[in-house]
Amino acid sequence: MGRHVLRRLLQMIPVFLGTTFLIFFMVYALGDPVAALFGDKAPDPATAARIRQELYLDEPLWRQYVHYMGQVFSGHFGTAFDGRPVTELMADAFPVTLRLTLVAVLFETALGLTLGVATGLRRGRALDTSVLLLTLVVVSVPTFVSGSVLQYLIGVKWGWTTPSVAPEAPLGQLLLPGVVLGLVSLAYTTRLTRTSLVENARADYVRTAVAKGLPRRRVIVRHLLRNSLIPVVTFLGTDLGALMGGAIVTERIFNIHGVGYQLYQGILRQNSPTVVGFVTILVIVFLLANLLVDLLYAVLDPRIRYA
Amino acid sequence: MSRADRDAEQDAGQDAEQRAGQDAEGPPAVPRLLEVRDLRVEFRTRDGVTEAVSGVSYGVDAGRTLAVLGESGSGKSVTAQAVMGILDSPPARVTGGRILFRGRDLLRMGEDERRRVRGARMAMIFQDALSALNPVLSVGAQLAEMYEVHQGLSRRAARARAVELMDRVRIPAARERAGDYPHQFSGGMRQRIMIAMALALEPDLIIADEPTTALDVTVQAQVMDLLAELRREYAMGLILITHDLGVVADVADTIAVMYAGRIVETAPVRDLYRRPAHPYTRGLLDSVPRLDGGGRELYAIKGLPPGPADLPPGCPFAPRCPRAQDVCRAERPPLYEVACGDASVRRASACHFWKDELDARDPIAAP
Amino acid sequence: MPEPYDSPPAPAPPGGGGPGGGAPALAAADPTAAAAPAAVPAGRRGGGRAPGRGRAAGPAAAPRGLWSDAWRDLRRNPVFVASALIILFLVLIAVWPQLITDGNPYRGDLAKAQDGPAPGHPFGYDLQGRDVYTRTVYGARASITVGICATAGAALLGSVLGGLAGYYGGWWDALLSRIADVFFGIPILLGGLVFLSVVTSGSVWPVVGFIVLLGWPQISRIARGAVLTAKRHDYVQAARALGASDARTLLRHIAPNAVAPVIVVATIALGTYIALEATLSFLGVGLKPPTVSWGIDISSASTQIRNAPHMLLWPAGALSVTVLAFIMLGDAVRDALDPKLR
Repeated sequence: MGRHVLRRLLQMIPVFLGTTFLIFFMVYALGDPVAALFGDKAPDPATAARIRQELYLDEPLWRQYVHYMGQVFSGHFGTAFDGRPVTELMADAFPVTLRLTLVAVLFETALGLTLGVATGLRRGRALDTSVLLLTLVVVSVPTFVSGSVLQYLIGVKWGWTTPSVAPEAPLGQLLLPGVVLGLVSLAYTTRLTRTSLVENARADYVRTAVAKGLPRRRVIVRHLLRNSLIPVVTFLGTDLGALMGGAIVTERIFNIHGVGYQLYQGILRQNSPTVVGFVTILVIVFLLANLLVDLLYAVLDPRIRYA
Repeated sequence: MSRADRDAEQDAGQDAEQRAGQDAEGPPAVPRLLEVRDLRVEFRTRDGVTEAVSGVSYGVDAGRTLAVLGESGSGKSVTAQAVMGILDSPPARVTGGRILFRGRDLLRMGEDERRRVRGARMAMIFQDALSALNPVLSVGAQLAEMYEVHQGLSRRAARARAVELMDRVRIPAARERAGDYPHQFSGGMRQRIMIAMALALEPDLIIADEPTTALDVTVQAQVMDLLAELRREYAMGLILITHDLGVVADVADTIAVMYAGRIVETAPVRDLYRRPAHPYTRGLLDSVPRLDGGGRELYAIKGLPPGPADLPPGCPFAPRCPRAQDVCRAERPPLYEVACGDASVRRASACHFWKDELDARDPIAAP
Repeated sequence: MPEPYDSPPAPAPPGGGGPGGGAPALAAADPTAAAAPAAVPAGRRGGGRAPGRGRAAGPAAAPRGLWSDAWRDLRRNPVFVASALIILFLVLIAVWPQLITDGNPYRGDLAKAQDGPAPGHPFGYDLQGRDVYTRTVYGARASITVGICATAGAALLGSVLGGLAGYYGGWWDALLSRIADVFFGIPILLGGLVFLSVVTSGSVWPVVGFIVLLGWPQISRIARGAVLTAKRHDYVQAARALGASDARTLLRHIAPNAVAPVIVVATIALGTYIALEATLSFLGVGLKPPTVSWGIDISSASTQIRNAPHMLLWPAGALSVTVLAFIMLGDAVRDALDPKLR
């Protein structure tokens, strides 16, 4: 187990470096942070040169990157467009997005598992076929479409909830956005659960469990589900990381002041420290989620734990 | 319907009537431990319906061993799964016959009652223990589960019984290893765990489906010996499904040879080895290398067994049979009663020429 | 929507690759514009097996039989026929929008802004009083162009790189896997925002380029796995033993067997790429006016949804049907090409 953890950690390092460098490269090399700083006005050359030096922009790209990463690890992410430190924005934004993501993951877990198990145990029946078709439809409707439509129907037309979320983002107002955010993942969770269940239902050890004279319920819960849910649990874990980065659209539609909102503002105003800072953190979150899932996988499946 | 079919049916029918008559007259001697009568199993797939088991009858008594011999696809495993009630259905379906366990028809039991018989009074040992054991539960937990479910023992007490059981099948350091997972054991040890699981509740009947096929040759004998020893000790009935004649000779009392979903010969083990009454049995025997066989070339049955879809109209073995006549190709032979040394055992052969076969001294193997 | 060519949950340790092993496969797939839905969950499950190691070769063992069998199955599959017809229609109007409309997507009459349906204008008018029907028809061109070009690029790049990595193995394979991990580590929507926000052109090509850039690793994993499996086949070993050149072995023996999984994943990816383009355009970093795009129209309509829902519903419906058609096509093709799932 210890070796497994260590190996995963070591493998993560090059990926982390490569990914953050790629983001850094896109923002700093392809864009012009100084010009962006001044907006439409042409900066006076002396000032521009000074800023360049301050930001290490006159040095080779890899030096800039090393410098930036050094700052990141000491907790300096630079200043946002409104003069506040980026870290302050993060402190405001991340809890909101985390809450939103948790709502989404809870929603997709509860409903996805239920639907997946219900269809997987009744393969080929009407319920199964219609749920399968429905998941395809759900996957096909992009989040910004389903978000706008649901916002209109539930928030405006029927007035069950507020169409937009207050800046402090209370949990009650996050229910609808959470559902919207988790909708596509819900389809995946359902399909994955179903497939995994169907695959495992034919496994020899399930037949053994039946031959042992166990009640059907125990065969399903303790033997079939226990094995089938391993991939689902790992999917949900990674999804937590993925959804945080994918919340931009949902946050934009419902005007939620989370990570996606700040990121979007940063991009609109071409504020590189905000963009790179937030994206770096999101990549770290994403990679950590993957790492945790790998470890979780080892906990759930002894074959990996003792490999 | 061919005459042969009718005969076979009458044969089965009479048999059933006789038994029924006995039942009516009063308590029969003692019902056999297990008696399968005219069992039929179908597979319904998208491509059509095929019959995997076509009217199989066999039985086993307490303390005795029945070996069911046959190539893969002969229906021997499907029959066993039907007895255990663990057929994959769909696609499989029992379409006829009776499975009497201590005189009670398992096929007429309710699901719950049947479940209580499974595992507790009859148990099964599978071929590939690695895939038959749950990969994510410790072996101790999988063994203890039997006691928890069937006897309502506490987790702790059940666990203690599980360790005893592992000791019983001679797994070294049982207490320490009870927390290990199946993939951490060697093939032989895993099969011992399967045996322990089957023995847990001291069932009356154990069905072992090729229990040693997946093992190394050296380990095969150990596992087989263990199984035979435990069967004697607990006085259980054992149905041993195998394609390995060598294993059978040592442990079995009677043998049923299956071919294409049917029984082609049943006999006490000695009679069958000395004087087979079916050309297929003889072919099997002659294809086993023997130390006393001199320089004789090994016999190989020519051709392949027919699939359930392309069965010939007559005897299913006819296309491969050196003895086949026109009648064999036209009429399906019923199970003929064959006289045998032991009056208490019924011997039968599904060959029109069983008498000739019985009298034939020479190996059929043509030069 | 199990990734068809994923290996069964096996005792194989997770992590065909880096920390991102398989998991980041979905990284690429953000929930909005999930890249390749099929591949995603399976890629993730197990937290990291490279998708596509296990069964790829099974169905492809006999190429000719496989393809003709698959075709026979497909023709009889109503889902396939329906989605193929829809796609055919979409491609037609993408090339010749004049076939079904004689309007001009740019001409607006502010007096009619946000008006509902009128004779000759069944979908109503948008904010600038332009005909929604005409714009919806013309919007197909951008979506289809992005979808097809991005998929073609990603499939070509991915299968060449992945195929070579699988065939030659060694350091090149290891390096490529790490590079793919890096790309998987970037959530695709974030990457799109960052990358495209510095691009000023509003045409389809930067979007296509970006999708190819982040999309190829997914295809390359599938291709690598498929080639690895095909390589193990006896007849391939035999061909190599008989002295067939690498190029010949790859093209004659391996490629025909490895191409099926790539086609399946690419078809499904096509649908999700279209959704991705629309999402990026919705966020204002993808296509920009004057390009006519469903994403842009939905974006401008979403603020007006209370007054004029028709402005949003028609392009949104067209977009969803298009994505659905490609995903269902991919699903049907997968079922046909993978007999084990029957």
